[in-house]
Amino acid sequence: MSDYIIQLNNISKVFEDGFVALDNLNLSIKKNEFLTLLGPSGCGKTTTLRIIGGFEMPTEGEIVFQGQKINDLPPHKRKVNTVFQKYALFTHLNVFDNVAFGLKISKTPKNEIKERVREMLNLVNLQGFEKRQVESLSGGQQQRVAIARALVNRPEVLLLDEPLGALDLKMRKDMQIELKKMQEKLGITFIYVTHDQEEALSMSDSIVILNEGIVQQIDTPINIYNEPKNAFVADFIGESNIIDGTMLQDKLVHFCNKDIPCIDTGFAKNEKVDVVIRPEDIDIKNLSDAQWTGKVTSVIFKGVHYDITVESSDGFVWLLQNTDRQYEGDTIGMSVDPDDIHIMKKVIDL
Amino acid sequence: MRRWLSYPYLVWMIMFITVPLLLIVFYAFTKQTDGGIVFSLDHFRQILDPLYLKVFLRSFKIAFISMLICLLIGYPVALFLSSKDFSQKSTYLMLIVIPMWMNFLLRTYAWLTLLENNGIFNKLLEFLGFGKVQFLYSEGAVILGTVYNFLPFMILPIYSVMVKIDESVISAAQDLGANSFQVLLKVMIPLSLPGVISGITMVFMPAVSTFVISRLLGGGQFALIGNIIEQQFLLTGNWGFGSALSFVLMVLVIISMFFMNANERNGKESML
Repeated sequence: MSDYIIQLNNISKVFEDGFVALDNLNLSIKKNEFLTLLGPSGCGKTTTLRIIGGFEMPTEGEIVFQGQKINDLPPHKRKVNTVFQKYALFTHLNVFDNVAFGLKISKTPKNEIKERVREMLNLVNLQGFEKRQVESLSGGQQQRVAIARALVNRPEVLLLDEPLGALDLKMRKDMQIELKKMQEKLGITFIYVTHDQEEALSMSDSIVILNEGIVQQIDTPINIYNEPKNAFVADFIGESNIIDGTMLQDKLVHFCNKDIPCIDTGFAKNEKVDVVIRPEDIDIKNLSDAQWTGKVTSVIFKGVHYDITVESSDGFVWLLQNTDRQYEGDTIGMSVDPDDIHIMKKVIDL
Repeated sequence: MRRWLSYPYLVWMIMFITVPLLLIVFYAFTKQTDGGIVFSLDHFRQILDPLYLKVFLRSFKIAFISMLICLLIGYPVALFLSSKDFSQKSTYLMLIVIPMWMNFLLRTYAWLTLLENNGIFNKLLEFLGFGKVQFLYSEGAVILGTVYNFLPFMILPIYSVMVKIDESVISAAQDLGANSFQVLLKVMIPLSLPGVISGITMVFMPAVSTFVISRLLGGGQFALIGNIIEQQFLLTGNWGFGSALSFVLMVLVIISMFFMNANERNGKESML
């Protein structure tokens, strides 16, 4: 037995209209992992989830669940449960009957149903809501019912399809923490779909970044943020300055009219590369000590920091994040430490 | 407040709905004597005659059976039409609606020629070596005509409720372990119930008071309450009795609709 609970091997999905939703996806998910599928809309993350849930058949490849191929298993026979995007609650049933739906189908004894539903409603903080109509609940409460309805069946794997997308910011933050706590407490594998990179970074054990049906990077949140594999990942996760550069030799790169020391090695001499620099890694220096100088073109207050754009003499527009206020029209100096410069191979455009 | 916008209809309603209704009540509860018009329950006493009670019973029976057949045929069709992966939806809907564009009388006359002793069906039976069958002037013919004419009124309301059921709710039920039959029983049927109720109402009400179908396809033998009422006004000239019959029919329909809606409400509460 492998320690993976779900494995997707060479999964491709082409829709009837020819749209390629997934292109040769390989993914192994460990037991008790909180895995997030992250990407812009149309990247194939929801399709991946629907393939695991059984609502979509892959055009190619196999789905392995606990060592067994389950391609042909219909959704109602799979040991996974889903929290749907728009909750998909049963409006003709009250909160209790919504949560009890799966248990009734599996012919669980009545006393046990009562006990488990009560337990679940406690877990999602909805005790006393048993008799309420689902339509009379707020968005956040409906979301909790949907989570309880899925978790009460004690699935091996819980699939969550942008479950917090319809909630307001404050509620979303609270639910993120609660979901993470629940996952740790119950020890269930969570597969979570979102397009919100911050959400992915704060909740996941590992993140899968998808774009146009192709996996860009699979890694821990910290590695994804600090060591993005390509310019797409760097741009999608947080904000980045992505600059065309040329690798002169190991640990030396030329961009924005300067030869700049870095720590990357292994590139061909004079190879064209993407240079990625996080806005918070750019230090503001005296003009004489700086690697570049430029004119401040805008300053936007963001709460903790300011978003500052600076145009350097070669015409590149930099994004800086700094807690010190700068003033439009001023000329400032900028420097970057060698280990904050990330060199990436160019993605070849087809 | 654009209250005056409703005035044209208000005038219409008073002239053609309220006044006639009051007239029916007036005729039903009065009778002409030498001393002028007096209050009387004679017409209602006349209805208690077993002959008329039988007609009432038959009308409700035929309407009920027709409604049931419409439901049994119409529900699966609506279910099929509303399924997401069915692409020729509009063609089928068109086919269901097209007969409604033809005149009601014409449609029923068409059945008359199909079913008569020298009609297509009997010709076909003869050709196949079976004897002729007396189709016309039977309860079955009346039911057939009623089902044919009112079936779209069952399908359309159910369909329009079903297409609005969110696909993900069905996915959710499957996800929670329900097989196709359980999805139908525990999700589709309860959620489509409002459509079923209005379908039943829209078939049962016109079916119980029809007099054209029963006269053309049922002949004299299968007179329904609508035929008797028609007779009182057009042949016998007994407006008082005709009004009383109409009044009783109306009350019975109101009562059955009330039970129907009460059932729906109870159903909802017990389910919810």
